[in-house]
Formats: sequence, structure tokens, C-alpha cells
Amino acid sequence: MEKRVSFRGIWLPTALVLPQIIITAVFFFYPAGQAIWQSLYIPDPFGLSMQWVGLGNFEFLFADRFYRGSFITTAIFSILVTVVSMGVALYLAVLADRLIKGSGSYRTLLIWPYAVAPAVAGVLWLFMFNTRVGVITWYLGILGYDWNHVLNEQEAMALVVIASSWGRISYNFLFFIAGLQAIPKSVIEAAAIDGARFWTRFRTIVFPLLSPTTFFLLVVNIIYSFFETFGVIHTITSGGPQQATTILVYKVYSDGFVGQDLGSSAAQSVILLAVVSILTVIQFKFIERRVHY
Amino acid sequence: MATVALENLKKSFGQNEVIHGVSVDIEEGEFIVIVGPSGCGKSTLLRMVAGLETVTSGIVRISGRSVNDDEPMDRDIAMVFQNYALYPHMSVFDNMAYGLKIAKVPHIEINERVSNTARLLQLEEFLKRKPRELSGGQRQRVAMGRAIVRKPSVFLFDEPLSNLDAKLRVQMRLEIKALQRDLGVTSLYVTHDQVEAMTLADRMVVMNNGFADQIGKPLDVYANPQTVFVAGFIGSPPTNFLDASQFAAGPAGGTIGIRPEHIRLSAKGRLEAWVTSTEPLGADTLVHLRVAGGSLVTVRQDASAAIPPEGTSFCLDWNESDTLFFNAEGKRIDAASG
Repeated sequence: MEKRVSFRGIWLPTALVLPQIIITAVFFFYPAGQAIWQSLYIPDPFGLSMQWVGLGNFEFLFADRFYRGSFITTAIFSILVTVVSMGVALYLAVLADRLIKGSGSYRTLLIWPYAVAPAVAGVLWLFMFNTRVGVITWYLGILGYDWNHVLNEQEAMALVVIASSWGRISYNFLFFIAGLQAIPKSVIEAAAIDGARFWTRFRTIVFPLLSPTTFFLLVVNIIYSFFETFGVIHTITSGGPQQATTILVYKVYSDGFVGQDLGSSAAQSVILLAVVSILTVIQFKFIERRVHY
Repeated sequence: MATVALENLKKSFGQNEVIHGVSVDIEEGEFIVIVGPSGCGKSTLLRMVAGLETVTSGIVRISGRSVNDDEPMDRDIAMVFQNYALYPHMSVFDNMAYGLKIAKVPHIEINERVSNTARLLQLEEFLKRKPRELSGGQRQRVAMGRAIVRKPSVFLFDEPLSNLDAKLRVQMRLEIKALQRDLGVTSLYVTHDQVEAMTLADRMVVMNNGFADQIGKPLDVYANPQTVFVAGFIGSPPTNFLDASQFAAGPAGGTIGIRPEHIRLSAKGRLEAWVTSTEPLGADTLVHLRVAGGSLVTVRQDASAAIPPEGTSFCLDWNESDTLFFNAEGKRIDAASG
């Protein structure tokens, strides 16, 4: 049952929620409102005057080949990051779950990458894949592969996907291992007696029972790959080459702060806001219902 | 159907040996109950037969063949777990059909076998439900059904009734007994409940601290317990124990045991005692007394006898033939050899 606390006056409850309301208002509602406001105008290059254009910024964006391209880039990038980070995390969690000795230290080590900031992770991978001095580039060269993510669009995408997934694996791993440990051991034993070998057990028992965890991680990872990967992309490719890694959130930055087209940039943030809202609705509608068995 | 043989089975977890060499020969279709207090190793013993625990030393044979190195699925066994271990995301039908599907039994045969088993267990109307929509007793039946439908040569039961309420437990006990008799499948049943053990078993194995203290037919074990532990564990209320030194026939340093129903309250007898409390149970009455040495004794008397008031003093008397003698190590001995 829900526990309801009642207050006599109005001042104490107000004082208790005020800090959170102020923070949300100053850092979220105000900038979001300003973005919506600005998306309807075109400022002059010096920021001295603004001209009302209605939905002109949006019309222009949807007619823009590069903006539509960025949607597809974002979709490919998000799907790859989500699939890679969740797939590897699940594989590692299944292995760590089977282990009895030393599983604690494996888990600790596997969680560490999550503590590395995205921009720092980006720089780490950038060094390893640097076209001239990168250690992995050098080994690939010995194997006869000429790695150059500065020129090759697919390689650039691959590199930002690897760098973005790396830290994310730890986060997903934590949830998967918790999910695996919540499955009663006797259910697995019953399946073993029923004749199911490891892979069959995983496919018919373990994976279905993990589905609430998997679904939760799916939504959370998609949102992550939409926004928090900015640092990785900025440090590794800056959206290039040929805008091959310019995901939506990076285009907001590059059009607004590099291209100085603040009106278009604001319109793009409004579109992103709408996308987040839809994803959040999905999250609440499905997760709330399915996480608790 | 199959025979099962345990040959000097031992189990250690690290340095800690928990089963110290258990040997049992189980005949075809026999119902064996392994009974003992918690922590005596009875579940571990069963899990070794199932293949869920490795065997440290000794041999598990099913139909004469050593299965020590076989996976659980290659042993032709079925197991009913204490928490039922049903697959929560599958319907009752799918729970029962799971093993058959894996064994690639044809669809028509799966349908037939599952519906026959469901009829046997009165589960027909629940086949489409998920386990969470069933009561405890129904879940228990599904767990039984999942075992029966595969037609294994050995059933293993790991405290299958301990999560049920008392009334349902009695009912399911009778059903399990009837089912096992009809199907004739060799069964090993683990329980801590000595009433379950007495009523279900063809033969019982009384476990104590990793040893099989006694193996035998329930009434033989009851009448002739071989150790102090067995005498105290089997039977409710338990056997009364008295220091043997106060009796001429008793062994030095040992104890004597007398079942509560074998003691008479009379005007003259072997031992004086005072009534401390009484428990009328309807069919009979338990009378608790304190003897001169301080130990407590329980006497079961017929309901037709008058219930003695507290504080009354009596003499306790019993037949020499009903006395159980145990030496200082707790082993049963004949009175003469003491």
C-alpha cells in the first residue's frame, strides 16, 4: 500500500520541494522554453535582432537532405550501440554467473569502464586507433588492413560505436547479472533434469525470464545512445567524415555553435525534445508494466 | 522402472565432509524415504542421485550402471522440488510438455501424454494457466505432473510437501502414495517429517549428521531403533530417555529408552514421578511427569483413563520387553550384554 504523509501547513512542504523545482525550472524548463521560442525566429549573425519566421526553421530542416540523413545515421548508430553493448554485456554476465570462484573480482573489473567519462573514453579509443601512432592501427597494418577512420565513413562509424558501447557494457552487465541471479537455481536444475542442455536452457528458460531486464535496458540504452554519446563523437570524429557520424544531438551542436545558425539549432532541439518525450512515454507505458513479473 | 544402488557414497564441500559413506540397495518399484533433521545431508544425498551434485567418492548405480559421470538428463530420472521450480513464463501445459519437446516426442503423443497426466492429477481445467495463477496445491500437482509425464525410471522427491498447509499435506501424501503404487516407479523421497516417512515409505533411511543410522521398514525402525538418535527422532512424542545407572539391568554409562505408550501410571512400579502438565488430544492424553532425578518423561494414556491432576505422584512401570538399551556411544544393545 502507498504511504501518505500529511503536513499541516503549506510552508514546510513548499520549502522541501522548492530546491528541486528551482533546479528543474532554471536548467530545464527555462532553456527548453527558450529553445521553443528561438525555433520560431532567425537571429542575425551578430545576435542583435531576431526575425519571426513561424515554422520556417522546421520546414527548412525537413527539406534538408543532411538533416534527414542525420536521422538515419542516428538510427544506425543507436541500434549498433544498443545491440553491441547489450550483447557483449549479456555474454559476459552469463559467463560471470556460471563462475563461482573469483566472480567478485571479475564483476568489479567489468564495472570499472562505467566510471570513465564518455569524452575520456573517446580519447582513449582515439589514441588506440590513431591513423599514425595508434597501437591497434599498427597491428591492423601488419595484418594488411589500412585503418583510416578519418577518411573512411564505415570505419568512423565502427570506431564511435565501439567507443560508445565500451563504457555502456559495464552498466548493462550489472543489470544482467542481477537479473540472472534473480532466476531461481532450482528452475535451471529442473530444466537440466528435463533434458535441456546449456544453450537450450538459455534460449527457453533464462532469456525469457530475463526479458523485463532486457526491455528496460533496451529503452535506456537507446536514450543513452541518442544523447550521452556526444562526448565520444566530439573527441573522435567531430561528426565526420562527410557527416557520417553526425547524430542528431551532434548536429544541434555543430549547426548552432559552429555554424551559428541558432534558429535551426533551436528547432532541432525541439524535435529532439519530442523524440525524448515519445521514448519516455514508451518507457513508462511498457516498462512499468513489464519489469515487475 | 529400475533399481538404484548407492555404494559407500561420500560427499565433501572443500575440507568439510558432509556425507560419510551411505550404502543403500533399492529394488524396482520400491518407495524409499530418506528422513532426518535439517542439515543431516539428506537433500545432498538426493542431489547426488539426480546428478546436481558431484560424487566425492563411492558409486551411484541406476539399473546396475554407474551414473557418476552422467549429466542429470542422461540418468532417466525426474525430480520434484521443494519450491516446485515450475517455469514461471510457461503455461501448465508447456511446463509439463517441456521435457517431451526437448526429447523430440511427436506432437500428437505429447498432447496425449500431457492430457492423460492432467486427468490423473485433476489438472485438466488449468492447462492454459500460468503457475502464478495456481494455488500451492495445484502447483504441487503440476510439479508432479511434469515428473510423471516423462515416464522416468526413477522419481526423486525433495521435500515436496513442506510448502503446503497441514491439511493439504495429508491429502497430497495419500495421493503421492497411491500414484506411486499405481505407476510402480522406483522412488526416493526426502523429508524432515517423520510422519510422512512412516506413512509413505516401503523402507526408510534415517539420516543423522551424514550417516545413515538405520535402514528398514517403518514399523521395524519404530519398534527396534538401532541408535538413540533414531529412537528420539522417529515417533511423536519421542521416546523417553533415562540414565541407565538407576536400573539394575542397564548398561554402564548408557541410557534406556521407553516409548510413551509403553509406560503405565500405577501405584507401584520402577520409578516415582510427579505430574507437571497434561495434554488431552481427544483420542489419547499426553501426561508429562518429572522423575526423582529431574528428567522429564511423557506418557501416552488412553482417553478412557482419568486425566490425573497436576502434582499427583505416581509410580512409572513398563514391561521389560519394551525397554530399549543403548550403550554410552548411543548404539542399541541387548540387555543381557550390558
